[in-house]
Amino acid sequence: MATNIMIVGVGGQGSLLASKLLGHLLLHQALDVKVSEVHGMSQRGGNVVTYVKFGDKVYSPVVGKGEADIIVSFETLEAARWVESLKPNGTIIVSQQQIDPMPVLVGQAEYPKDLIPMMQEKGFSVVAVDGLSLAEQAGNSKAVNLVLMGVLSKYFEFPEEAWQEAIEACVPAKVLEINRKAFELGRNL
Amino acid sequence: MMKQLLLGNAAVARGLYEAGCAVISSYPGTPSTEITEEAAKYPEIYCEWAPNEKVAMEVAFGACLAGKRSACCMKHVGVNVAADPLFTISYTGVNAGMVICVADDPGMHSSQNEQDSRHYAIASKIPMLEPADSAEACEFTKLAFELSEQFDTPIFLKMCTRISHSQSIVETGERKEPPHKPYIKNIEKYVMMPGYARPRHPIVEQRTRDLIAYAETTPINRVEMGDTKMGIITSSVSYQYVRETFGEDVSVLKLGMIHPMPQQLILDFASKVDQLIIVEELDPVIEEHCKTLGLVVTGKDVLPLEDEFSQAVLAERFGLPMPPSTSLEVKIPGRPPVMCPGCPHRGLFYTLVKNKCTVLGDIGCYTLAAIAPLYAIETTECMGASVSSIHGFNKALGAEAEGRTVAVLGDSTFMHSGMTGLANIAYNQSNSTVIILDNSITGMTGHQHNPTTGCNLRGEPAGKIDLEELCRAMGIRRVRVVDPNDLAACDAVVKEELAANEPSVIITRRPCVLLKHVKTAPAISVDPEKCTGCKACMKIGCPAIAFREKKAVIDHTLCVGCGVCEQLCKFDAMGAGK
Repeated sequence: MATNIMIVGVGGQGSLLASKLLGHLLLHQALDVKVSEVHGMSQRGGNVVTYVKFGDKVYSPVVGKGEADIIVSFETLEAARWVESLKPNGTIIVSQQQIDPMPVLVGQAEYPKDLIPMMQEKGFSVVAVDGLSLAEQAGNSKAVNLVLMGVLSKYFEFPEEAWQEAIEACVPAKVLEINRKAFELGRNL
Repeated sequence: MMKQLLLGNAAVARGLYEAGCAVISSYPGTPSTEITEEAAKYPEIYCEWAPNEKVAMEVAFGACLAGKRSACCMKHVGVNVAADPLFTISYTGVNAGMVICVADDPGMHSSQNEQDSRHYAIASKIPMLEPADSAEACEFTKLAFELSEQFDTPIFLKMCTRISHSQSIVETGERKEPPHKPYIKNIEKYVMMPGYARPRHPIVEQRTRDLIAYAETTPINRVEMGDTKMGIITSSVSYQYVRETFGEDVSVLKLGMIHPMPQQLILDFASKVDQLIIVEELDPVIEEHCKTLGLVVTGKDVLPLEDEFSQAVLAERFGLPMPPSTSLEVKIPGRPPVMCPGCPHRGLFYTLVKNKCTVLGDIGCYTLAAIAPLYAIETTECMGASVSSIHGFNKALGAEAEGRTVAVLGDSTFMHSGMTGLANIAYNQSNSTVIILDNSITGMTGHQHNPTTGCNLRGEPAGKIDLEELCRAMGIRRVRVVDPNDLAACDAVVKEELAANEPSVIITRRPCVLLKHVKTAPAISVDPEKCTGCKACMKIGCPAIAFREKKAVIDHTLCVGCGVCEQLCKFDAMGAGK
């Protein structure tokens, strides 16, 4: 059986770097890996989802309803949007940011309240983090993706050096230290 | 050999490189764009963005004629533009190998329709290979060149969104330079006038018969026998969904070559299984082929013609158990894509809405002006259609339409196929107003250069077409340039050109705010004392402006200080440092 991770968020939040990092890490663990991304139109502020699947053999590049082990979300509403994809008792790692979508901004819809307790009531294990503050603490508000990867890293037994090696391979050298720190802050939560 | 995790498109690029491809000409389009961008990272390959797909295909043909392996890459709808050369290079054949990479978009993640490119392979009598993951994408690309040269034909490599934009493991190899094939003058082969084209047609038909014989035995059409109660014929990403859904025991015939298809191989496979099922996205191409062979199959009677498949679609349609899942008892608002904060298109569309214009639209980021709250764009068909259609609209309605109708399209779309529509306006003289949204880049597909940007695909200095001079040279006397972020100026120009009694072009010029060299201003704030909650600033649909507790608030992580909202505020409540 493959392990299925979904990385979800709003276009432009940096989910592609997170999936690149995971892909690099998993390739070097001698596992079969598939990473399915979204490019193009939905990157313009729409909701984006990336599937990362790994195991002895991976066929389908996508994750269906009830198949995800872990959802990593850059935004609260986006975590709620995809809970149907989770296995019962699955894990949600969510950066508690609220970005109003256009239907909310123009008053056609409301941003639902209390989403995190709602998800917990459904039996999901919800790890809500203040990703933005931690990223700023690391030195750059854009490093939320590394904070979340740090939190995610605790759910697997891959050695920390493997994560560090993946970070080094995927992050530009000039922001490497900030990203390492962001990862560390997430991992030590 | 080295194991790498590669995007399907990057794997095609790797295949092009390893096969010794020397020239690639393409037009960007999701989900095909990265093939050419990745190929451009290999200095051995000459890569370019052509103005459109027809040009790209003809460039690739010229290069293969000259004796170098070549390719052109495009999205499914790009083949419509390139269809003219396509059907005739099928007749002439090639010299060195030529591969046409086409990426379909089932599910329309980033497209205006869901057409199935396999029909083009059948109609143009050109073979088509269809990989099912990145490893096959690389391997099939190399094979495509071999087949192209062996059978004297251009060849399709068909991708789809889930193959193009999925990463999987590829064992990469070294580049092999193919032997040089000198160009030899051959009028009977390459001049397709009736007298020479007629004898080429039987050659094409014989080639298809030869390719069918090849399809019977090629290892890329692979039988994986298992349990014989059910046999599934499939290809592309559907193969992955089949294995995920039905497991490793079910018998599968996986077609790597989707045109032409084998006959005996399919009949033999069918004879070994109790029930034959066809799993293919979009149209019933394999299914129709099987039916012409006299086989009884299950296919589109169970599976949808629309949208992309997944293991969930297959499980649901075949009545298999679905994994348990839970949803929240709360309505989750949608999150459609929007024009970015600071997008230079926003000011223009606000102006057009304010002037109650009828707006004929085109293909690009600006299509997003069709949704709330602007609702500005009223048509979107295909590249360049806005310019041609406004002429028809105005000829049909005359003065009634001319004073309030505009066509809008981007700089890249104008170069792609807006120019010919403008030639028609200049020639047949309709009183049309065409607005070129010049953001100095091809935006929606992720920032590709075009003939107006002054840079080539690799970002190096290149020829630059001056849009104003071009429009004037085509006979348009009224050509105006305006900054779309200056709402007053924009409003004045739109009013004047709509009132003018002759064809006109307005160029709204401001680079895409996402371009690295574009400097943004400090974020704007709202003074809550001064804000009356009138919502005037909300009319532009900027995702950085929210309305909370009866006041406008600006998200400083999103705002780039473009100042358009500031111009709308009558109460001096908005500005930097408020």
